[in-house]
Amino acid sequence: MKLTLKIWRQKDAKSAGKFVTYALDNISPNCSFLEMLDILNEQLIEKNDDPVVFDHDCREGICGMCSLYINGRPHGPDDAVTACQLHMRKFHDGDTIVIEPWRARPFPVIRDLMVDRSAFDKIIQEGGYVSVNTGGAAEANNILVGKENSELAMDAAACIGCGACVAACKNGSAMLFVSAKVSQFALLPQGQVEAKQRVKKMVRMMDELGFGNCTNTYACEAECPKLISRSNIARMNREFLCAKVS
Amino acid sequence: MNSSFLRFSSITKKIWMAFLGLFLMIFLVVHLGINLCLLRSDGGAWFTAAAHFMGTNYIVKVFEIGLFAGFIIHIMLGIILQVQNWMARPVRYMVSNKTYTPFLSKYMIYTGGIVLIFLIIHFINFYFIKMGWVSNVHTSAEGEPNFYVIAQELFAQPVYSILYILFFIVLGFHLNQAFQAAWQTLGVNHPQYNTCIQRFGTFYAIIVPLGFIIVPVYFLLIR
Ligand code: SF4
Ligand code: FES
Repeated sequence: MKLTLKIWRQKDAKSAGKFVTYALDNISPNCSFLEMLDILNEQLIEKNDDPVVFDHDCREGICGMCSLYINGRPHGPDDAVTACQLHMRKFHDGDTIVIEPWRARPFPVIRDLMVDRSAFDKIIQEGGYVSVNTGGAAEANNILVGKENSELAMDAAACIGCGACVAACKNGSAMLFVSAKVSQFALLPQGQVEAKQRVKKMVRMMDELGFGNCTNTYACEAECPKLISRSNIARMNREFLCAKVS
Repeated sequence: MNSSFLRFSSITKKIWMAFLGLFLMIFLVVHLGINLCLLRSDGGAWFTAAAHFMGTNYIVKVFEIGLFAGFIIHIMLGIILQVQNWMARPVRYMVSNKTYTPFLSKYMIYTGGIVLIFLIIHFINFYFIKMGWVSNVHTSAEGEPNFYVIAQELFAQPVYSILYILFFIVLGFHLNQAFQAAWQTLGVNHPQYNTCIQRFGTFYAIIVPLGFIIVPVYFLLIR
């Protein structure tokens, strides 16, 4: 495949960035998207240029590090996959591909396509955990969990914290991410103890960090590689309302 | 008032937005009922009676305060939320977003803004007259403004009628997205009710604006 790439290049958080165009030839349609960028980077290194910096780690869709806004869609044109699992066969020979970093005030660009997503960590630190005493592990069946809730909690826990929801949202809202994290605990008995504090604190931090307000366009749900449902957002709204009035 | 609004959390603002929006939707049905009285060929007897009742009844007057507050808070929250949302993405994407989203769901601030313009025109035409802030030539024997004649005169102008129709089409789109969004914001999202909520929202968003639109169409074409 022959491709034209338009990639956002930015030296560091302080410098101004710009798009740079690269031509790439002989790309196999079986390449993954990140492998295609690896090939580009090898060519840049050979030419003594700076390679394009982008986040990645597992390359199997479980770590949530890859974060590319490809041709107007977070994680590219395929549904329910991360950028690392996207294959070049989803594109056509001769295509121009525009690659941008996630854009949101709480996700500043560090370099090229890499953004700082520690804002998500700050939200998790506010309550994305359960406090338990360490020591001998208790018998797991002591606390019974209904099948339906355990499934829903598991679905919510599938969120890998990639930030595609924020990147897709016209408001840069983190509601899908935060609601997935609130839901996975709210659905289980272990999460009940800190439930009220959790939702209030996590939402407060989300607002303080400058994420936008949800306006129910559901772009987040459409782009989430883990198919996190917007019903989690409704659940978080319920949890929040109950925590506020009780 | 503004700064205390800002201190509310995003979800609190959204919940108020949704709650007031639903409240305004109830009011719209009442308003439609009155407007449909215009269609009776009784020389405006029913319409005038309804307008008189709305203008003089004390319970209605209490509701009127709630209604105005509802409108103002709904509009202010909408603007505040939108400005914060613009600020959340200082650097925009070069390629505009290609994600699939429900029709016009991204443009609520614009459909809402158009409805607001209509609301202002409407206020100047009717409410200001009722309050006596704008001079008015059509008064009844008791000195009350004759809204039947005023409405007739306005609808006799094709430009006004066509704009009126367009505004209600926009309102329909606003409400179609708004109704299900409001329930989602209030935390009502369950596979058992979702389709029902969605369908009722669309039904309301078609029927109610259509009801309003019938009136100018009747005055323009049939009368
Ligand atoms: S909700 Fe989905 S899109 Fe958002 S951070 Fe989690 S996995 Fe990524
Ligand atoms: S690199 Fe781990 S999810 Fe893509």
